Amino acid sequence: MDFMVFQYPMITVQACLDGILLGILFALIAYGMALQWGVMNIINIAQGDLVILGGYIAYFMYLYGIHPAWGVIVSPIIMYFVGVGIYKLVINKVVDRDLFISILATFGISILFMQLMNFAFGADVVLANSGYGTTFLFDSAVVLPNSKIFSAFVSIVFAICLVIYMKKSKLGRAIRATAQNARAAKILGVDTEKVYAATFGLNAALCGVAGALISITFTIHPYMGLPYTIRSFMIVIVAGLGNLPGVAMSGMGLGVFEEFADYILGTEFRIGSVFLLLVLILVYRRFKLSRKREYLK
Amino acid sequence: MNKNVLLYAAILVFGLAAPFLFPAFKVQLSILCVLIVLATTWNIQGGEMGYNTFGNILFYGLGMYLCASVQVGMFFPLAEWTESGGEKTFVHTPSQFFQGMAAGLVVAAVVPTIVAGLIGYAILGLRGHYFAICTLGLGVAAGEISGGIEIIGAGQGFTTPPFPNVGGLEARGEFFYFLSFGALVLTFIAVRAIYSTRFRLILNAIRDNEDKAEAMGIETMKYKIIGWMVSAFFCGLAGGIMGGLVGYIDSTDVAFDGREMGVFMVLMAILGGKGTLWGPVIGATVFHIFKEGFWTFFLGWQYVALGVLIVVIVIYFPEGIMGWLREKYPERFGEVVDEADRKAQVELK
Repeated sequence: MDFMVFQYPMITVQACLDGILLGILFALIAYGMALQWGVMNIINIAQGDLVILGGYIAYFMYLYGIHPAWGVIVSPIIMYFVGVGIYKLVINKVVDRDLFISILATFGISILFMQLMNFAFGADVVLANSGYGTTFLFDSAVVLPNSKIFSAFVSIVFAICLVIYMKKSKLGRAIRATAQNARAAKILGVDTEKVYAATFGLNAALCGVAGALISITFTIHPYMGLPYTIRSFMIVIVAGLGNLPGVAMSGMGLGVFEEFADYILGTEFRIGSVFLLLVLILVYRRFKLSRKREYLK
Repeated sequence: MNKNVLLYAAILVFGLAAPFLFPAFKVQLSILCVLIVLATTWNIQGGEMGYNTFGNILFYGLGMYLCASVQVGMFFPLAEWTESGGEKTFVHTPSQFFQGMAAGLVVAAVVPTIVAGLIGYAILGLRGHYFAICTLGLGVAAGEISGGIEIIGAGQGFTTPPFPNVGGLEARGEFFYFLSFGALVLTFIAVRAIYSTRFRLILNAIRDNEDKAEAMGIETMKYKIIGWMVSAFFCGLAGGIMGGLVGYIDSTDVAFDGREMGVFMVLMAILGGKGTLWGPVIGATVFHIFKEGFWTFFLGWQYVALGVLIVVIVIYFPEGIMGWLREKYPERFGEVVDEADRKAQVELK
């Protein structure tokens, strides 16, 4: 236990800023999850593994001498096709089935990806050095790596672009229509199969962006996927489907929570506290709803 | 009925004779027994009650840690044991070992049952995928947190007491085989007894439509908690045995191994057929034989194979072996089939 947080107020500021910048990234991943959850009613356990895969694309660009920030452009393009491929191979067979089947199937994909990445890229913790330097605030009491600010900025840009795309473009309209009522959309001439594939691809592309940013700002490792899935799941259930400001806010809240858990409980309990928070949130919502004799649906 | 008695007797005799018939496979057979216990207990929840859990690994790991801790803590200081190679400084005498194991197994079965009862009210109020993800979170959280606790070895693991030097070379394998086989027999008898009562019908009612079951006046929450407690009891027992068998406990790789054991139990039950008595037994046996094949021939690629296996089973074979048999030979399952109807269906196909 470390009570530095209460003795030095600057650490609190540091933790809050770190948490908010981290949380924006989480919100981006959660947005992808909310998108496909809303449209296809599938919870993708492999979400975090897609993020890590996107991170490795940026890392390999870095290894071959290209600046990893370009990964933000390249990684989503590759990941889009990976996503469509997963959809065509597996997901389209579980879309209309029992939810547990889709959870288990994506769990299988998650294990598969984890292990393939472990073979292909090795079990080392890696990061792509962007060389952006750091910013010092308040007489260098608060240290912010510029890469974190960059990643938060890029996430916001991508999120805004996606929101506009969903509102204005033809595909975006088709996706929203399918989310509202898949059957009606089909009758009115929307190729729902194509919409599903595109949704899954878009989700994977968002994961690719987030992964590239994570490889610049933090570290990536083949087995680090599941916590990202759980975080995005948590953000979505706190905010609710289709509530975009809510996703952003709860993402930042989660980021700040994690930074404080890191300082107060110690780094070894960081991931554990995230998973425990998920359980607590679900139980809290269950008790709140059971007063009205309802349950989480 | 008479045929059934013969079948059970044959299996029992085979089970008792197996370690002497196949002495080289004693450890594998013990693991098979534990796997069958886990699949059967998962089936109470996932198959009969319709509450698909990833979290039974919590009770399994809890039982594993508790059994080993009790076995050590009854005679020696636990902290010194786990700190560094306590098993070299402190040696259990045979009677200490067996007493510790017995007490440890009791604690390993009872404490998870109590834990299940305590958290059951909160967790079992969730439904469907929320329940699945919540239990997944529980299992992973338990692994991460136990990996940070010093007294049970934290990240470096916990060596369980080595088997005392009695009864020759084969004694260890035989002891653990009969222990796990005993647990299997106990589980099977208990589950079979449970399935022949009204309790199973209530669980099935909860699976098919919980709201209606509640409207019919069944206290669903009570039965859900009891069902979970029964699973937890046998999961904890299996964990305790497995801890002694493996001889080494690590928080995320052995005890709370959601990536392996946690998925295996789900997969085995689904492979065999959810919601049947024999399904998990057959599923676990087939899976174990299949897995051992992969584990030796596909060295290094086992998780890749596992991932593919999960996807293939879940997508193409969700009814399992028993479900497939039932469709093929409905008469054997006591279903009355109209011949004309069946012919018409065949023609339609």
